[in-house]
Amino acid sequence: MKLQQLSLFLENRPGRLGAPLEAIAAAGINLMTLSLADTAQFGILRLIVREWEQARQVLEDAGWVVNLTEVVAVDLLDRPGGLAQALKVLESAGLNIEYLYAFSLRRGDKAILIFRFDDPDQAITVLKAAGLHVVDAEELFSHVA
Amino acid sequence: MQTELWNDAAGGFHPASAPDFLPAERLKEVQLRRLRAVVSRAYEYVPLFRQRLEARGLTPDAIGELADIAKLPFTIKTDLRDTYPFGLFASPMGDIVRLHASSGTTGKPIVVGYTREDVDVWAEVMARTFAACGLHRGDIVQNAFGYGLFTGGLGAHYGAEALGATVIPVSGGNTERQLMVLRDFGVSALCCTPSYFVHLIERAKEAGVDLKGLPLRVGVFGAEPWSDAMRVHIEANTALKAYDIYGLSEITGPGVASECAQQDGLHVFEDHFYPEIIDPETGASLPDGAEGELVLTTLSKKAMPMIRYRTRDITRIIAAPCACGRTLRRIERIGRRSDDMIIIRGVNVFPSQVEAALLQVEGALPHYRIILTRKSGLDQMAVEVEVTPEVFSDKVGALEAVRARLAQAIEQICGIRVDLRLVEPRTIERSEGKAKRVIDQRAI
Repeated sequence: MKLQQLSLFLENRPGRLGAPLEAIAAAGINLMTLSLADTAQFGILRLIVREWEQARQVLEDAGWVVNLTEVVAVDLLDRPGGLAQALKVLESAGLNIEYLYAFSLRRGDKAILIFRFDDPDQAITVLKAAGLHVVDAEELFSHVA
Repeated sequence: MQTELWNDAAGGFHPASAPDFLPAERLKEVQLRRLRAVVSRAYEYVPLFRQRLEARGLTPDAIGELADIAKLPFTIKTDLRDTYPFGLFASPMGDIVRLHASSGTTGKPIVVGYTREDVDVWAEVMARTFAACGLHRGDIVQNAFGYGLFTGGLGAHYGAEALGATVIPVSGGNTERQLMVLRDFGVSALCCTPSYFVHLIERAKEAGVDLKGLPLRVGVFGAEPWSDAMRVHIEANTALKAYDIYGLSEITGPGVASECAQQDGLHVFEDHFYPEIIDPETGASLPDGAEGELVLTTLSKKAMPMIRYRTRDITRIIAAPCACGRTLRRIERIGRRSDDMIIIRGVNVFPSQVEAALLQVEGALPHYRIILTRKSGLDQMAVEVEVTPEVFSDKVGALEAVRARLAQAIEQICGIRVDLRLVEPRTIERSEGKAKRVIDQRAI
C-alpha cells in the first residue's frame, strides 16, 4: 500500500532544481509528482516516480544524496471538507503527519494526496477502517497514460 | 612624594622606556643573567622541563652564553594542553595573583598564570608599548580590547595606567557606546583589534560621527594579523596613526613587541622576551634577517616560564638600528603562520577544532570548508558542510536540527559563532594531498 518517495538535498540557489529533474528525464523516467520544501538556506525535493529504483540510481550516480521514504497516497473527495474528513480520522487516532502534498493527478471527483507519517502502516489501517481509499502504486500508476 | 610618571627631561620619553635604549652589550648581559635564572627556575619547579633537560643530559649550567639557548628543548602549544590547567606553573598557587585563558587546539583552553611581579612586568611592557606608540600622561585611552579571560583588555588597561594615561575600560563590542565615548570623552588613543576598528569607521560614517574632527590621534591595534592595505585604509579615514602591537597569552599577552613612530617593524621587548627565528621544518636556529618561525623565551616570568616557545608565527628579525633610537631588535609584521591557525575577531581558530566539532556531531568527517569574509569591517566565519546520506532526511525539521547541532558544536569548541551552511555533495573542491580547507576572502 505504501509508495516509495525519493528525497534529495538541494542548495537554495538559482538553477539547482533543474539539474536532478533533467537527469531523471534523460533516463526516460516520468515524474508523477513532486514537492519542494525549502528554507532560506536549503531545499528538499521529494519525488514520486514509478521507476523509483532506477531514478534513485541515476540520481546517486550523478552525485546527489538520495533518501528513500515510504509515503501513503490517499484518495479524497474533491469537494469542501474532503481533506478535513481525512485529517479528523488521523487526528482521532493520534497519528502525526510529518507533511503532505497533493498529487498532480485527479480522478473524476477525487483528488489524491501524499502523506508522510511517522508510522505509515498504522496510518493505512486507520484510514482504511474509516472507509478512506488508500491508493497503492499499481493503481496509482495505472492511471497515468 | 609624588612618583615621577613622565620625564620631560628625558626627551619626552617615559622613564619606563629606558630599557628600550640600552646599549647592545648591556642588553646582552641582562638577557644572559635573566636566561640563566629562568632556566634554573623552570628546571627546579616545572617537572616537564626538568625531564626534557635530563633526557638530553643537560642541566641549567649548560647556559654559558646566550647562543647556548639553542641547546634547550622547545615548548609547544600542546604542552600547555597536556599539562592543563596548571602543570607548567613554577610558582605555588599562593603566589599566583591572576589567571587568564585562551582557546586551545581541541576545545580545552590554555591557562596562563601570573605572580605579582609578572603582572608588574606585563604592565611595564605595555606602558613601553604605549610610549613607543607616542602616548604619555594626559592621553585618554579608550580600551576596546575585551576584558575577561582574554589577555588583551586587562593587559592594555594596566599598561595605560602604568603610563599615567587616563584609561576608559569600555571593553569590546557595543559599537553605539564605543562611538559615544569616542565622540564625547576627548579620546586621543584607542586600542582594539584592527578589524573592529574598520567596523567602527563604517559605523561612525553611518552615525554621522566625523572621526577626522576628533582629537583621536593614535590607534594601537593587535591580537590579529592585519595588512598594510588595512593600515592605509584606517589612516586615510581618520586622523590617527595606526600602530601594530604583538603578543600572545602564553608569553604574557599583549606587550611582547610594538611598533614605534617609524611604523617599520615591531621592537621586541627583548630584555623580557628573548626572540629567536628557527626553521619550522627542522627546528634549526636561523640568523637575524632570515625568515622563519618566531620562538620566544620569557626571561623574567615567574609563574609560568616559557622556554623556547614556538609561536608558529612566521617573521624575520631585523637587527639594523632603528631611526627611533631604540636598540631593541625588531620583527617584521606577522603575515602568516607555520600552522593553519586562523584569527577571527581576535579569537584563535584551528581547522582541526572545526573538524573535531563536525566529527562529534556526524560521527564521520564530512567534506567541509571554512570561508572567511569581512562584513563592514567585522570578520565573519562561514563553514560549508556537504550533506551526507547519514544526516540527510526528507524532513526539513530534522535537517535544520543537524545544521543547528553542527553550528553549536563549532561555537562550543572554537568559541566563535559561525554561519553554518549545508551544501550539496561533491560541491566542495577536492584537491590532491592537503585540501584547501580555508578560503580567506577578507580584504581591507
